[in-house]
Amino acid sequence: MLAYIIRRVFQSLLVLLVVGLVAFSMFSFVGDPVDNMLGQERTQADIERLRSDLGLDKPFVVQYWRFLEQAVQGNFGLSYRQGRPVSEILVERLPATLELAFVSGILALVGGIGLGIFTAIRKRGMAANTIMTLSLIGVSLPTFLIGVLLIYLFSVELGWLPSFGRGDVTRIGNWWTTGFLTDSGLKALILPAITLGLYQMTLIMRLVRTEMLEVLRTDYIRFARARGLRDRSVHFKHALKNTLVPVITITGLQLGSIIAFAIITETVFQWPGVGLLFINAIQFVDIPVMAAYLMMISVMFVGINLIVDLLYFAIDPRLRVDRSAGKTT
Amino acid sequence: MKVVGALTALLLASTTLSASAETLRWARAGDSLTLDPHAQNEGPTHTLAHQIYEPLIIRDHSGAMQGALATEWGPKADDPTVWVFKLREGVKYHDGADFTAEDVVFSINRAKSEKSNMKELLSSISEVRAVDDFTVEFVTNGPNPILPSNLTNLFMMDKGWAEANDVVDVQDVEGGEKTFASTNTNGTGAFELVSREPDVKTVLTANDAYWGKDDFPLDVSEIIYTPIQNAATRVAALLSGEVDFIQDVPVQDLGRVAETEGLVVKTAPQNRVIFFGLNQGADDIANDDVEGANPLADVRVRQAMSMAINRDAIKQVVMRGQSAPAGMIAPPFVNGWTAEMDAESKTDVDAAKALMAEAGYEDGFSIQLDCPNDRYVNDEAICQAAVGMMAQIGVTVNLDAKPKAQHFPLITNDQTDFYMLGWGVPTYDSEYIFNFLVHTRGDERGSWNGTGFSNTDIDEMIVSLASETDLDKRNDTIQSIWNVVQEEQLYIPIHHQVLNWGMADKVGTEVSPEDDPKMKFFTMN
Repeated sequence: MLAYIIRRVFQSLLVLLVVGLVAFSMFSFVGDPVDNMLGQERTQADIERLRSDLGLDKPFVVQYWRFLEQAVQGNFGLSYRQGRPVSEILVERLPATLELAFVSGILALVGGIGLGIFTAIRKRGMAANTIMTLSLIGVSLPTFLIGVLLIYLFSVELGWLPSFGRGDVTRIGNWWTTGFLTDSGLKALILPAITLGLYQMTLIMRLVRTEMLEVLRTDYIRFARARGLRDRSVHFKHALKNTLVPVITITGLQLGSIIAFAIITETVFQWPGVGLLFINAIQFVDIPVMAAYLMMISVMFVGINLIVDLLYFAIDPRLRVDRSAGKTT
Repeated sequence: MKVVGALTALLLASTTLSASAETLRWARAGDSLTLDPHAQNEGPTHTLAHQIYEPLIIRDHSGAMQGALATEWGPKADDPTVWVFKLREGVKYHDGADFTAEDVVFSINRAKSEKSNMKELLSSISEVRAVDDFTVEFVTNGPNPILPSNLTNLFMMDKGWAEANDVVDVQDVEGGEKTFASTNTNGTGAFELVSREPDVKTVLTANDAYWGKDDFPLDVSEIIYTPIQNAATRVAALLSGEVDFIQDVPVQDLGRVAETEGLVVKTAPQNRVIFFGLNQGADDIANDDVEGANPLADVRVRQAMSMAINRDAIKQVVMRGQSAPAGMIAPPFVNGWTAEMDAESKTDVDAAKALMAEAGYEDGFSIQLDCPNDRYVNDEAICQAAVGMMAQIGVTVNLDAKPKAQHFPLITNDQTDFYMLGWGVPTYDSEYIFNFLVHTRGDERGSWNGTGFSNTDIDEMIVSLASETDLDKRNDTIQSIWNVVQEEQLYIPIHHQVLNWGMADKVGTEVSPEDDPKMKFFTMN
């Protein structure tokens, strides 16, 4: 078990280094930050000076090495755009994204599993069919369109919910800010959370439904019924548990993408999280911010995958048996 | 269903308009980059700074100059190389310190320093000296008749405050600094900084000790500035009443905003002209299919390409009426602009074809057009329209549209032969245009001239403008240079951009051509 974890951690580090290298090799295609940093009145000499001060005249491998050297010491440099330390900006923005991802994730998980079970058990019901049809919308409509539609309905036409921003936030501890404790903060969360979670919710719902239908056809369910167990017990104790392994895999991976792809939702709702920060960084060619963000996201994905792998062990006893059996032979 | 109903009722009950009448909730696409007033020479940064800091002279919303921290100014009677500024007395910084001549000397020297982004505008100033507490003299290398117009975005900081907080030097991103002045302010302006989260929210409150209390409406007691990047969201925020004032209404939403009860759209020409540049200087160019020759070097080809552009069609179809077709690359406010020249561009496809044939290109040629897609209003769509129009005279255009961060380096690095550019003129004088767009490219001037045009006579005339004190003679020179620019068809002008500000009808303001609202001029009722 321990050897397995250590091996995975080493693989993860390798992945991180490669991601960083690929990222740095692409930055030169994003554009030239110098033009954005100097005004329209800059001279050719200003451009040259700034470029060499920033090390932009060096090959990308050298730039990447410099970044790594600094990053190992916990220094991600200064944002070209804001002139503030990147780590400070990221820490400031992270709570907004994590809270949004958390609410979306809960929404997707609770809504997805609940509706999935419902549509599986009542598979011929009117309600289940309607839900299945509507879920197609969630899967097929692009996120930004859902966001804009929700804004026009709930902010402009009905005037119930704010169209942008995070509302009033409360500071907890040194750096965490939360929108959970104020009215406006909670209201501001609703539309972005739905926009971000809708796709995942429909995905989980369809997955749970399919798995559930599959499991309900198996022999042990028939035995369970033959034993005279109640429907409730059959559905939730026997069937649901066995559908959860693929659901956990997908949920784990999707949690990563909820955070990573919050970019679009954050842009539509002007949600002050790391996704919006990243979009601004791309437009300005703010290399330190782009690099730090990409590293952070890859650390997160790698970490989530690791956790998901470990969860398998916990949930599925067969994996444990196989592995120990493999070792003894 | 009951739960949803209850939730709905709850939300309805708790949704109230919380803002008082004097709060101005303001949104635009971008945020200020820094609070250090000399670190960035950029629109949104200056606009926020204008609420907090003040220059000696400002432009009001009609573009006219008026005294801010200076009350009178003019060149010295016996020496045209010295400008004398009389300073306003009794002005206090937000921390209570007095504004005096030594602050002006300090601020100008700070803005002239190596790390400042404002230094190019001050390059003609060799020395600034305080004569007494409220008189300052600017010494220039040779006479500079338009010095005041270079000072309208040059903010005055307090010397004592800067020294106490170790911000004598300008913020320097490349050096890895974060300075006190980039996150704190101490200005003389009508508003004081209350709080700021970059890219999220900035709150300002009225300065009760403002010197101009009786001279300006000053109806706004609090400003809440929230950048909203996404155009649809920005408009939605205005439509739903969450903000009172947005600076950039997308042209496709103008109708929607104007028709909404309680909202108005105000429109005015912007200080920005959009045009195409053509590389006429090279012997052969890389981005076309003509071998061994440069079709753009022939003035007849350049004229034909200009004639092929149907500016009215671009205005009606691409810009939905929100532009003014241009015949010269100077906005109408600028000294040197004439109505005749601005009306010169006529669409005439037949004449254009004849010119092409005369130049030996009756079968046309193909060329790449480089265009930004996130800088000007509908920039890419304008280029797409131009592709179709050029095809009518046999010029096959391959459009390559990119984000501005990739587009502009093409122009400064000479990697494009046919490109779109937009130009604003902060000094309101043609010299600024000539310096950057007409003068031969060199270290000092011509940094945005991607045409390869180079004419030593014209260069000399351009340089002479900086020190010519006889304004009539200077204006004659400006006209002669424009004549050459027009005859040579150095650029293909498209149109002047139009600004659209959307606001709640309680907000009263004119649209400033620089797109820099100064809230002290706003009325609220």
